[in-house]
Amino acid sequence: MDNLIENKGFVFSKESLRKKFRWSEFLSEKIISGVAFLSITIIVLIFVFVFRETLPIFHHKKETVKIESVQKQEQYGGAEASGPTNASGQEQYGVTTTDTMMIENQARVEDTVVHEADEATVKSLIGKEWLPVSDRPRYGLIPLLVGTLKITLLAILFAAPIAILAALFSAAFAPPWLREIIKPAIELLAGFPSVVIGFFALMVMASFFQDIFGYDTRLNAFVGGIAMALAAIPIIYTITEDALTAVPRSYTEASLALGASRWQTALFVTLPAATPGIFAAVLLGVGRVFGETMIALMATGNAAMISANPFESVRTLAATIGAEMAEVVFGDTHYSVLFLIGSLLFIFTFGLNALAEFYVKGKLVKRFQGK
Amino acid sequence: MKQPKIQTRELSLFYGEKMALNSISMDIPEKEVTAFIGPSGCGKSTFLRTLNRMNDLIPFVKITGEVLVDSLNIYDKQIDVVNLRKKIGMVFQKSNPFTKSIYENVAYGPKINGIRERKKLNEIVETSLKNAFIWEEVKDRLYDSAMGLSGGQQQRMCIARALAVEPEIILMDEPASALDPISTAKIEELIFELKKNYTIVIVTHNMQQAARVSDYTAFFYLGELIEFGKTRKIFTTPDNKQTEEYITGRFG
Repeated sequence: MDNLIENKGFVFSKESLRKKFRWSEFLSEKIISGVAFLSITIIVLIFVFVFRETLPIFHHKKETVKIESVQKQEQYGGAEASGPTNASGQEQYGVTTTDTMMIENQARVEDTVVHEADEATVKSLIGKEWLPVSDRPRYGLIPLLVGTLKITLLAILFAAPIAILAALFSAAFAPPWLREIIKPAIELLAGFPSVVIGFFALMVMASFFQDIFGYDTRLNAFVGGIAMALAAIPIIYTITEDALTAVPRSYTEASLALGASRWQTALFVTLPAATPGIFAAVLLGVGRVFGETMIALMATGNAAMISANPFESVRTLAATIGAEMAEVVFGDTHYSVLFLIGSLLFIFTFGLNALAEFYVKGKLVKRFQGK
Repeated sequence: MKQPKIQTRELSLFYGEKMALNSISMDIPEKEVTAFIGPSGCGKSTFLRTLNRMNDLIPFVKITGEVLVDSLNIYDKQIDVVNLRKKIGMVFQKSNPFTKSIYENVAYGPKINGIRERKKLNEIVETSLKNAFIWEEVKDRLYDSAMGLSGGQQQRMCIARALAVEPEIILMDEPASALDPISTAKIEELIFELKKNYTIVIVTHNMQQAARVSDYTAFFYLGELIEFGKTRKIFTTPDNKQTEEYITGRFG
């Protein structure tokens, strides 16, 4: 034995076994952990930034300018200054020229910085009107929230059954060669630019469905919902498919050996065994639709109204940020409200992902350990 | 020898180009226990799975020859695989309960066969569990998840589940290989009871087990059936030299 060790030039002694400091190992370890922390830090900083910009809304100042509740006129398009002169009692839309608008906007900046957040604004957040650019701006989030939920519901109602059945087909029924075509093909769709889907919905689907259903508003929640479903299907499909193929083969074999047909096996054994994964897939689909901006902007009509009719236009939270952030005055109440919407989206998606993660883990552990 | 229940006629099986079973002909007698022994990869499990057409699930498998059950070729184009598998139950090496309650596991087979009546189902579940010698252990926890049972209990529950569809033949693929000696003894006792009513075919790695439970033994080697006969004869005075060497532990 001794000879063997010596031959390799390896002697067991205090000297040869002393701890050595290895520079390359130390460095690479630090770099890798540094990169990991950097990415986490960036996310946290974005989080902090979004919330910080939201704060002014809730930060009341005493010298608020009273809002005359008697004021009946409303004006849109930055025509504040000319408000009182307009005695006709009608609402005006974008009457002022660009030049005056700019001047007036500047005047408004100074104005708004003083009474940055008044109580009326905070109260109007739970109101039913979204009129951010008017004499008496109202930032009611309810219609946006309702619109978002409506379109999410519609999109998931379309997407989930289609995606789940497609996944069931490719996981349980499709011959291997077909599966190898279908799965990558649908997964590629997940990378499809949403602006293209939005464009397609705007130009083609809207008219197509209008011919079928004969609704009045060409762009509405229904069209938007279907377009969003196109974006959500690949995500739900991929994760459902993974969940279904992860069901142990012994399950399917057990069922088939009992004389169950392939359909019965897929429906009563494979699908139930994969429910936690499918649930997670649907939640991620919801998250995708909830945060989808471009399609909402292009295909939903963007009218902030509360209605149960799927053929009415809606305005979603994400689309509101997308549409208005570029036009808003920096530091304005409107600006802060848009960030509040951003925070809401953030919290919602965060919660959804957390739910998917923890629910699925908990459920799986329960299922496969029999607790 | 009693009336043969299963007969194979020059049965060969190919995985793609590779021959896994080479022209196997044998008669498996009714209401007896037939054991398949042989070293790993010799084709005994594959052969077992051809008997209820479980190999249909594997792509690129080609089968030639005939398998006759009650003189009916089960590879005939007219045969409905689903109904066939109701007649020929199977128990797997690794217990594979569904992630449902014990009751739902056993009732699964009858339910997919269209039995909806609660009373009838209760009855089937009870008899099946009793026949699998596990009723006493689970009667108070029928509605608990089957995943909470021990390995041996799970395996007996799987046997109960197979019994619930009232098969005539039960195929067992190394049913006790993952179990401790006490659970194994229970399974063997159960097999001994079951052969009164069922034709049983069992694949096993454990030669003592084959000697203990089976009436007939078949020795497979490299995809061929080397020797088949009464267990007593195979284990005491085998005709073939390879069989003798395997049984005495000189190879395999």
